[in-house]
Amino acid sequence: MKNSMHMPEELKEKLRSRWNEDWRKELRKKLKVKERMALERTPMPENEPLERIKGFFEVNKGYTPEMAMAEARRCMDCANPTCVIGCPVAIDIPTFVKKIEMGDFLGAVKVIKETNALPAVCGRVCPQEDQCEGNCTYTRMGKRPVAIGNLERFVADYERAQGEVEVPEIKVKKNKKVAIIGAGPAGLTAAGELAMMGYDVTIFEALHKPGGVLMYGIPEFRLPKAILEKEIDYLKKLGVEIITDFVVGKTATIDDLKKQGYEAFFIGSGAGAPWFLGLPGEELNGVYSANEYLTRVNLMRAFEFPEFDTPIPRGKRVAVIGGGNTAMDAVRTAKRLGAEHAMIIYRRSRAEMPAREEEIKHAEEEGIEFHFLTNPKRFIGDENGWVKQMECVKMELGEPDASGRRRPIPIPGSEFLMDVDLVIVAVGTKPNPLIPQTTPGLKLAKWGEIEVDWETMGTSIPGVFAGGDIVRGGATVILAMGDGRRAAKAIDAYLSGK
Amino acid sequence: MYKIIFNRPIANKVKHMRVKAPFIAQKRKPGNFVILIPDEHGERIPLTIVDSNPEEGTIDLIYQEVGTSTYKLGLKKDGDDLYRIVGPLGKPTHIEKFGTVVAIGGGVGIAPLYPIAKGMKEAGNRIVTILGARSRNLLILEEKMRAISDDLRVWTDDGSYGKKGLVTHGLQELIDEGLKIDHVVAIGPTIMMKFVAKLTKEHNIPTIVSLNPIMVDGTGMCGACRVLVGGEIKFACVDGPEFDGHQVDYDNLILRLKAYREYERISLERFANFYPELRDYIFGGAK
Repeated sequence: MKNSMHMPEELKEKLRSRWNEDWRKELRKKLKVKERMALERTPMPENEPLERIKGFFEVNKGYTPEMAMAEARRCMDCANPTCVIGCPVAIDIPTFVKKIEMGDFLGAVKVIKETNALPAVCGRVCPQEDQCEGNCTYTRMGKRPVAIGNLERFVADYERAQGEVEVPEIKVKKNKKVAIIGAGPAGLTAAGELAMMGYDVTIFEALHKPGGVLMYGIPEFRLPKAILEKEIDYLKKLGVEIITDFVVGKTATIDDLKKQGYEAFFIGSGAGAPWFLGLPGEELNGVYSANEYLTRVNLMRAFEFPEFDTPIPRGKRVAVIGGGNTAMDAVRTAKRLGAEHAMIIYRRSRAEMPAREEEIKHAEEEGIEFHFLTNPKRFIGDENGWVKQMECVKMELGEPDASGRRRPIPIPGSEFLMDVDLVIVAVGTKPNPLIPQTTPGLKLAKWGEIEVDWETMGTSIPGVFAGGDIVRGGATVILAMGDGRRAAKAIDAYLSGK
Repeated sequence: MYKIIFNRPIANKVKHMRVKAPFIAQKRKPGNFVILIPDEHGERIPLTIVDSNPEEGTIDLIYQEVGTSTYKLGLKKDGDDLYRIVGPLGKPTHIEKFGTVVAIGGGVGIAPLYPIAKGMKEAGNRIVTILGARSRNLLILEEKMRAISDDLRVWTDDGSYGKKGLVTHGLQELIDEGLKIDHVVAIGPTIMMKFVAKLTKEHNIPTIVSLNPIMVDGTGMCGACRVLVGGEIKFACVDGPEFDGHQVDYDNLILRLKAYREYERISLERFANFYPELRDYIFGGAK
């Protein structure tokens, strides 16, 4: 069960009893369903494309309170809220949306935080179209879904703008230590859940700043780092301790940490290692993995060089290989760093691109050039070993492959040369091997993913749980967060029975 | 925070820093390195751990001042804090009893060579050491290396100390003397390792080199440090930093090390503007 698609009884109970509360009944009466259905979805205000490519500020500006309340009115408050089934962390969506309709924004964010400690992040980076919004009743009616993601983002931002963020009181102290490995979305979520249950939680992070892919991978214009830092501060207020510059497997092993009194572990160390293409010339200067390119820019702030010491070349003709969200992040970053031609090179067509529709749309608006049905064959360097050209071949689509997408086939004789001065390879990542290598007894799958029981996220070692890309190989922030949440429950069960 | 116990010059523009880092001091083995960040705006730079004291919880690092990051390190005073340090990273050296091991160190490469040679000595090998430097005032760790070597010879480019010539001359001399060499460890400038490996390949002597490509995260996440070994892409941070010297594509590494030269110049120029009193110290040698 990789993506939980059923609703546990206790959740059903909670949703049902809240649905029956008097204020909800009153609110439902205020507008007829027909009237709600007639309302148009409130668009997300955006900064103009030609303005935003000059800097790294956020593309989406966020709703005003009026917009949020107008959008919340569209929600029909279904008796059977299928949107919740689509949410990997099971947010009580109807209740928070209806609180927005009432104008109770702080009440709404409180509901979200029952199951999600990172609403400002999720409201920005979740693929809602595949999850809550994809399961909205409107979607199944062929209408545009309630903008649940925009609403989540709005209340999280609203609360932050109010100043002091409310921290729930933690009633029971369990006096048991849990170690979380990796401060990315999976680890942060597990940490938040466990802290609220009363455990002493320590996160060990290899890099010098927490956040994982939210920090090093997702650019400022999609997720401002100041907002991420605030959400992480919230976890610290819940009592979570974060130790950076600590590589579990190297600085200390899981066995070492056991000796220090940690009784359960959650591994959320991510899909650390980038795939390269295995093509000639990939070792040239000017050829980057998307991980390196984005890490330099986001984590090391190379876009502020020389104010910050880490450099990044500002290519004029930048080719990004790949069609996923990471490819979109990289190519839009290159555009903001002054590329005259910021290009996506993708071997299939637009329809097969794995990137979110919103990201593709933003990229198109910003003047990103898309070269579909095109695949690189080799990279050619100048006399200094810097990439100057890329030989490509045109592709056509054949029969569907194992992924269900039509397989791209090279067209013989269609090779051509493309001038480039920067190439960014964004074709995915594989799990980071550091912890598997140093944790005897940990069972692994084909590419080095940690094998888990999908119900509990338990690994082959009792007391050791795992989630996110280290088990999935490469997925989304919210699926990682869902794993963290399920693992937290299982860790609680494990430690309670101990 | 990571307290700097001391930070002092040991040769022209080469400094020895001792840092409090108890976990790393406990865990580190010969061949491991750390990534450190001098200050909040700094880069992540790798440095091999030269020595450690697990009881005191300290590690020793030796670096040459060449760019903004290392000049920033050089400015640190005893008792100051390092912004960040993480490790121990990389695979430790494969140490066993080979017989006679020739340890070859060039310039500041003698620093990472020391812990490996020491480990080899403790494993019962006979250690014959060749140290190379451009000039006498650039030679480091001679006494420490001598203490663990059965034989030690110094070569300088200008003949100001030891014999005049390169470490490859020193290796050729040992071969000509008929010394049976079971294993070579060579660390220094990439070009030096290239020519040592060329010579040992001709004589079929297994050779390990330690590579120093540009790194960012140091944990296998970014691929900045990729090198071609036996025609395959390897990440020096997790697959290395030590590799079979006969398989490494040195020319590619030399090119990759130059990738940011223009940026390094801009950055250092800016740094020198902040510290005009250091301008002569920084650029004096280049004139």
